[in-house]
Amino acid sequence: MSTIERLQPSEPRGQISPQLGLRVAILGGFALAMFAIIFFRLWYLQVLTGEQYVHQAKVNDQRVLAIPAPRGEILDRSGQPIVTSSTKDAVQVIPGALPVAVSKQAAEYQQELGKAQAEYIEAHERVKAFERQLSGRHTITHAQRLRLHQLRRLAAHIRLVPIPPLPASASSTRHLFDRLAPVIKLSPRLIDERVITGITKLPYAPVTIKEDAGRGALTYLSERRNEFPGVRQEPVAIRTYKYGEMAAQVLGHVGQVNEPELKTQAFRGVGQGTVVGQQGLEYYYDRYLRGTLGAQNVQVNAAGEPIPTALPKTEAIAGHSLRLTLDLGLEQESERALRQGISAAQAAGKPADAGAFVAMEPRSGQILAIGSYPSFNPNVFAKQLTEQQYSALIAGAGSLTDRAVDGEYPTGSTFKPITAMAALEAGVITPNEVFGPGPCIMVGGENFCNAGHAALPAMALVEALKVSSDTYFFEVGERANSHGNVIQNKARELGVGTPSEIDLPEEFAGVVPDRQWLARRNREEAQCKREKHVSTCQLLAEPGAPWTVGYNMQMAVGQGDLLTDPLQMAVAYSALANAYTHEGHGWVPHPHLGMQIDDTSGALVQDLSFPPLRRVNLNYGDLSLVMEGIHKAASESGGTSADVWAGWNQVAHPVFGKTGTAQHEGKEDQSWYMCYIEDHSRPIVIATTVEQGGFGAETAAPIARLIAAKWFGQAEKYVSGSSKTA
Amino acid sequence: MTPPPAASPIAAPAEVAVPRARALRMPLDPLLTLAAIGLGVCSLVTLRAATQHLIPGQPRYYVDRQGVYLLVGLALMLALSRFDYARLRHMAYGIYAALLLSILAVLALGHAANGAQRAINFPLFSFQASEIGKVLLILSLSALLVARARQLRAPGTTVRVIAAAALPALLVIVQPDLGSGMVYMVIAFTLLFVAGTSWRQLTAIVALVLAAATFALVLAPAAGVHVLKPFQEERLTAFLHPSSNPEKQGYQQEESKVAIGAGQKTGRGESSTQTKLNFVPEDHTDFIFAAVGEQYGFVGAALVLSLYALLIWRTLRILTMSKDLFGTLVAGGVVAMLMFQVFVNVGMAVGIMPITGVTLPLMSYGGSSVITTLLAVGLLQSIYVRAGASQAPRNSIFRY
Repeated sequence: MSTIERLQPSEPRGQISPQLGLRVAILGGFALAMFAIIFFRLWYLQVLTGEQYVHQAKVNDQRVLAIPAPRGEILDRSGQPIVTSSTKDAVQVIPGALPVAVSKQAAEYQQELGKAQAEYIEAHERVKAFERQLSGRHTITHAQRLRLHQLRRLAAHIRLVPIPPLPASASSTRHLFDRLAPVIKLSPRLIDERVITGITKLPYAPVTIKEDAGRGALTYLSERRNEFPGVRQEPVAIRTYKYGEMAAQVLGHVGQVNEPELKTQAFRGVGQGTVVGQQGLEYYYDRYLRGTLGAQNVQVNAAGEPIPTALPKTEAIAGHSLRLTLDLGLEQESERALRQGISAAQAAGKPADAGAFVAMEPRSGQILAIGSYPSFNPNVFAKQLTEQQYSALIAGAGSLTDRAVDGEYPTGSTFKPITAMAALEAGVITPNEVFGPGPCIMVGGENFCNAGHAALPAMALVEALKVSSDTYFFEVGERANSHGNVIQNKARELGVGTPSEIDLPEEFAGVVPDRQWLARRNREEAQCKREKHVSTCQLLAEPGAPWTVGYNMQMAVGQGDLLTDPLQMAVAYSALANAYTHEGHGWVPHPHLGMQIDDTSGALVQDLSFPPLRRVNLNYGDLSLVMEGIHKAASESGGTSADVWAGWNQVAHPVFGKTGTAQHEGKEDQSWYMCYIEDHSRPIVIATTVEQGGFGAETAAPIARLIAAKWFGQAEKYVSGSSKTA
Repeated sequence: MTPPPAASPIAAPAEVAVPRARALRMPLDPLLTLAAIGLGVCSLVTLRAATQHLIPGQPRYYVDRQGVYLLVGLALMLALSRFDYARLRHMAYGIYAALLLSILAVLALGHAANGAQRAINFPLFSFQASEIGKVLLILSLSALLVARARQLRAPGTTVRVIAAAALPALLVIVQPDLGSGMVYMVIAFTLLFVAGTSWRQLTAIVALVLAAATFALVLAPAAGVHVLKPFQEERLTAFLHPSSNPEKQGYQQEESKVAIGAGQKTGRGESSTQTKLNFVPEDHTDFIFAAVGEQYGFVGAALVLSLYALLIWRTLRILTMSKDLFGTLVAGGVVAMLMFQVFVNVGMAVGIMPITGVTLPLMSYGGSSVITTLLAVGLLQSIYVRAGASQAPRNSIFRY
C-alpha cells in the first residue's frame, strides 16, 4: 500500500505512515548531514585557516602607493637655481583596468622596439668602423665617400616602430579614450600611444598620459569618475630646466626608472615608478637629489581604483640640492659666444654644425662653464615624449651628445705644447735647435706639409709655437719616435688619453696612439675577423702593418689617430698652468661640476671634495719656454691668435693660447682653441672647438675671447683671427 | 501548557477549548515566520554594507528595493496563509499552463540580462518566470500526484511527473538558467520520493541523471558536441580545478573563499573589503553568503545557517502535519526547493559545490526570488493553519 492512502484528510496528525516517516527522516538526515558538512567547512575556512585568507584579502585590496619625494634643485655656484621641481596634477591610466588585449599589444610593440634598437646600434658600429678605416687614408675614392654617406644615412635615425592601433576587441578602451581625448585635449591615438609606451617601460605601473591637464579638466574628471574607469589623477613632480638648452647634456634629464635600471647598482633600493636621473648630473648625483619615497597604503577595489581610507602613511623626504661649480652668468655668456662663433663661421661659408667649450678653474678643477652645440631642451623629457619627438632628438645632429666630454676629436696644433714639453724634457730637442724649413718635409717617401703648404724658415721652439709650424713639430715627432713613447707618456701624464674622472656618467677616455695601441688594435682586428668571419673589421687602415714613424709625426701635431675631447685638453693645459705658477711643481686637477650638497633650506650637508688626480713635476726652464711660446702666439704680432686678442689687457691678464686646426677626411677643418689666462685670484683655462669651423684663429679663438672677457669683466669683442696655420 | 490549579478537576472541557483558542491566536507558524523574517533582516543588514559602493551616490539602492520586495512578499505570504491551499489543487491545469506560458513569454520577449533571457522587464519590476515557476511547478506536480494517488507506484505516474517537470526545466535551461532547471528536477524527484515511489524507480532515476550528467559534461564535449553552453560547462566543472582558470569561473569561487575565510570568527564588519569593493562578483545576489561570511564571520554565517535549519525543519514538520496528501506534497516540494538552493548556494560560496546560478532563498537580492520563496512560505503557513484548525496539537509527539 502506498503512503498516501493512510493519509486521509481527516487522519489525525502524528499518525503518518511509517514509510513517509522513514522518507521524511531520510530528508531530515540528509539536511543534517549537509549542514554538518557546511559548518565544518566554514570552521575550516574561517577559524582554522582564517589568517591565511586575511593575508590574501590584504594582497587583493591593499596597494602601497609611493608618494613621490620632491627632487632636489640644482643650483649654480652662487646658489641661483638652474633646475627646479614643481608638482602638477597629472592624469594617469591604470593598465590593470584595461582589457588583456591592450597589454598584448604592448608586448608586441616592445618586441619590435627591441629589434629596431639592435639595428640602430649595429648601423652606428658600421659607420664608426668605416670612418676608422678611412681616417688613416690620405686619399679617398668616390665610391668610399658614397658608401660613407650611405652608412651615415642609415645610422642617422632609429627605425620608427609604429605603435599598433588598439585591437578591435578593446572597444571599451577605444570609447574610453575617445571620451577622454577632448577633456585633456589630446588625440585618442596619442593617448593610446602613451599608454602603450608607458606599459612597455614599466609594466603594471600607472601611466601618466598628461602631466598638466589644467584645473577644468581635473574637476570634470573627478566629478565623473565612473564614466572614466581606470583613469585617475595623481600629483606628479615636473622637472623644470629654467634655462632650456643651456648645459643640457651636462645637466641631463629625469625619467621614470624602468625595469632594467632597477636592477643596476645606481638605482638599488629605488621604488618602482620613481623619477630618477637618466643622464648627466641628474644621473650622477641622483642619490642625493631623488630623496626618499614616502609610502601610502591605499585600499583599492577590484578594478584597482583607490578607495578613500585612512590607512597609515609614511611621508616622503625631499631630496637635497646640488650646488654646482658652474657660474650661471659665464655659462650663459659662453653658450651665447659659441652660438655667435658658429653663426659667424656659417656666414663665412663653413658648415660649422657643432661645437663645444669648457671653462675651468685650473687649480681646483672646478668647471665654470661647459657646453655643447647643438643642444636640446631637457624640458621635453619632463613630459611625455612621443616616439617621433624622441627620434627627432636623436636625429637632431646628435644634440644629446655632450661634445665637451664625449667628443672624439683630433686636436690639431693645440697639442703642440705637450709635444714640445715632452721632447724638451726627454732631451729629444734643445730649445735653440732649429727645424722644419720649407713647406714640407719628406720622411719615408711621404710628404708632411704645413697648412696651405706655407714655406716657413727653420726656427727654434718659441717661434715654432708662436707661429705654429707644422714642419718643426713633424721633425720633433720624427726624432721622438726613436726615443720610444715620450710624447705619448707626457700626454697621458697631463691628462690627454686618460679619463678625467669628471663627475658625469660618461666620458671619452681618449686615444693616444703608440706601439702597444697599434698592436692591440691589430689583435682586436684579427679576433673580430675570426669571430664575424669577414675579410676586414675596418678597425685599422692597414691591418697588420707595423708602427711607423708617420704615426708619431702625425700625433706630434695633434693629428692622425690621436682622439680626445675639450675637457681632457683643458685638464692638460691646467696641469701645465699649475706647474708654471709653481716653478714646475704642479698637479693635474680633478675636473668636476659638483661643489656641495645642500638641504632644502640651503644649509650645507656635504662638501664634495675632488683632490688633484696626481702631481706633475716639470722642468721649470723648459716649461717657461713652452709658455713663452704660446703667450707670444696670443700676444705678439705674428702669433697665431694675436690679432684675436687685439686690445686685450695682456699685462693684467696675460693670455697663453694656442690655436688648432684639425683635419678630417672629406670635411671642413675643425677649429680649436686652448688658452690659459693668468690671474692671481681667478685664473681660467678655456677650451673651445667648432666642428667644420675652419682655422683655429678664425672661429674657436674669438669664442674663447668672449668667454674670457665675460670672466674678467673686460669689454666683449668678437675678433675673427686671420692666421691660416694649423 | 499548565492549566490554572483551581480549574484542574474540570480540565476536560478546557482540553477542547484551548487548542481552538490557540489556533486562533496562532494564525501562522511562529517559528517558520521567525525564520523567514530573520533571514529577511539578515539579508537587509548584509546588503546594506555589501552594496554601498555598487552604485556610487546611491548606497541604499539595493537595501531599499530588497526591503520593498520583502514587505510585498510577506504581505503575499500572509494573504496566502488565509487562503485554503487545497483549492489550488483544482486549478492545477491552469497553474501548469501559466508556468509554461510565462517561461515561453520570457523566451519570446525576454530582455537579455547578463547574457541570459530570464526576465521580462515591466516598468517597476522585472519578472523572472523561472523563479515563480518553482512554486507553480510544486503546485501542479503535487496536484498531478494527488490525482494519481491510487497508482503512485505505477511507472506511468513517475514518467508523467518527470515529463511534466522536464518540459519547463528544459525551457529554462535554454534561457539559459541551468540553476532553476536543476531546482525543477530536484522538486520532481523529491515529490516522487515523498509520495512513496518505489526505491527501484528512484534508483533508476538517479542512475539516469548520473548518466546524463556524465554525457553532457564529459562525453559530449569530448566528442565536440556541447549540450550545455560553454559557460555552464565551465561553471559546473571549475570547482574541480579552481586554479586552472583563476581568471574566470574559478576566480569567483576563489575570491568568495578568501572573503569568507578573511571573516574569521567574528567578521570584519565595517572594514570588510572583499565583498564591499567588488572583489567577489555578484556578492549581493548569488554570492551573498560570501558577504555574510566576511562581514559577520563564523558567528554570522552560523546564525544564517541556523535560520535555514529552522526553516527547513519547520517545512519538514509542516509536511508531516498536513491534513492531506496535497499539503504533504506541497511541503515536500518546498523543502526540496529550499534545501537544494541553500546547500548548493552555500556550498558554492565555501568552495565545495560547483557554480550554478541558484539564489540563496530570502538572502539574495532580487524581487522574483524573494517573493517566490515567501509565496512558498505562505503555502506552508496555509498548510499549517489548516492542519492546526482541524487537530488538537497535544496529540502530536512533534510539538515544536
